Amino acid sequence: MEYFLQQLINGVTLGSIYGLIAIGYTMVYGIIGMINFAHGDIFMIGSFTALILIVLLGVTAAMPVAMLVMALVLVLVLAMAFTAVWGWAVERVAYRPLRGSFRLAPLITAIGASIALQNFVQISQGARNKPLQPLISGNFKLTDGGPDGSALIVQLSYVQITIIVVTLLLMAGFTLLINRTSLGRAQRACEQDRKMAALLGVNVDRTISLTFVMGAALAAVAGVMFLLYYGVIDFYIGFLAGVKAFTAAVLGGIGSLPGAMLGGLLIGLIETFWSGYFSVEYKDVAAFSILAIVLIFMPEGLLGKPEVEKV
Amino acid sequence: MSTEQPLLRVRDLETYYGKIQALHGVNMDVYAGEIVTLIGANGAGKSTLMMSICGSPQAQAGTIHYEGADITRAQTYQTMRSGIAQSPEGRRIFPRMSVLENLLMGAMVSKPEYLDEDLAKVFALFPRLKERQHQRGGTLSGGEQQMLAIARALMSRPKLLLLDEPSLGLAPIIVKQIFEAIGELNKREGLTVFLVEQNAYHALKLAHRGYVMVNGVVTMSGTGKELLSREEVKAAYLEGGRH
Repeated sequence: MEYFLQQLINGVTLGSIYGLIAIGYTMVYGIIGMINFAHGDIFMIGSFTALILIVLLGVTAAMPVAMLVMALVLVLVLAMAFTAVWGWAVERVAYRPLRGSFRLAPLITAIGASIALQNFVQISQGARNKPLQPLISGNFKLTDGGPDGSALIVQLSYVQITIIVVTLLLMAGFTLLINRTSLGRAQRACEQDRKMAALLGVNVDRTISLTFVMGAALAAVAGVMFLLYYGVIDFYIGFLAGVKAFTAAVLGGIGSLPGAMLGGLLIGLIETFWSGYFSVEYKDVAAFSILAIVLIFMPEGLLGKPEVEKV
Repeated sequence: MSTEQPLLRVRDLETYYGKIQALHGVNMDVYAGEIVTLIGANGAGKSTLMMSICGSPQAQAGTIHYEGADITRAQTYQTMRSGIAQSPEGRRIFPRMSVLENLLMGAMVSKPEYLDEDLAKVFALFPRLKERQHQRGGTLSGGEQQMLAIARALMSRPKLLLLDEPSLGLAPIIVKQIFEAIGELNKREGLTVFLVEQNAYHALKLAHRGYVMVNGVVTMSGTGKELLSREEVKAAYLEGGRH
């Protein structure tokens, strides 16, 4: 039981990170019908930006708690802003010039953009692993190890709490933005009928740019969380995290915002429980197998929208 | 009427879809306060003209002036922010948005303080929309979708309303309702309307003036009454009775 609880906590944490990245995939797919393969690398850029900022600002665990929190919030905001610029630039350079050309063209430039970002970081930052001393340490003990002290002590670390709380806040805020504001409405309009959106005065290009900017900002948050959680990054982390998050988006129903969140959570849980109960080596196989099985029975994903509409 | 400047002036307009030329030098004027209709067979280029006015696709040659300004090369969203609104061919309701959200999309370019007043106005014009305001656009009937498309266009407070085949596929009673609503808006508020129709009889009865388009050129023009009495118009567009 203790073991299960611990895996659950770990799974939700990992799922939060996947979910944040998956939102970027699903939103871009929703609005321009394309898989942004460079999105995982945008996440990686966010992680590196955060690491550089932490070093530059001299953030250490030795700081007073209030200052540490403020410094980390600053790092988060700056990393989001900086990464958003990268997301914007990738769209502007690699995708927009190809809009309206054949469907495979932006797919190829997306892979190109992904490789370019990886190589850029590899060359500018070096290929070696970049470690970070833990900044947030300590944890809550949820169980006491039983009467004889032999049972597992279930721990909920402060980093995990930070990740889960920040993710929940961002997802709630983001859902409100998409569902309640005129910006979100314009985005959904572009998703459903770009030509009509333009006929109502929506600047479609700007709306698409904003979608990339938002997706990149959320990926940056995931990057910061990843850095704080694992404490080591390299230029290649974007690939696997990106593939997992993309899987999450497809599992949840690509194009669906709650689907991306749910899919991220599920992939995180599947991976963690599989590693916990079966084998660590096959955790990716497990995640992708579940994806394949779900797609056989529900091709549009768990929360995907069925395309039945009156015309 | 010829001494004043038209609200919309189209000269020698040529539009292509890829290599296929759809408009071969169209000339047309719409004056403020008028209802002008453009009739013609399927594929004559009526909708292309309407979309060219909105810059989607942009015309290759010729000019479009709106309120004296050249909008031929303007971006679609810029044109739609200058007081032109369109209820397009096929209605193009956002299927996964509620009726209310569709209307809010129409109000994107209008000032927020007008919102309540304008909502009340379109709900008064089409009470059905008020009943269905929380229903998804994709679940409405064809007639309701058409009402919504017109209402959505009105939410931007246009000076010039472009209507593309509002009668298409609708029951005669609903066509009558919609045409009455258009006439009323024109009379009461002086709204200028440019109406593209295949339903020539109703359109010409409603309009002050009309144009007839054949294969991408305007072949006839005149007042609605004149065109209705022309033999060529009767033969080509009014056969099969008055429906």
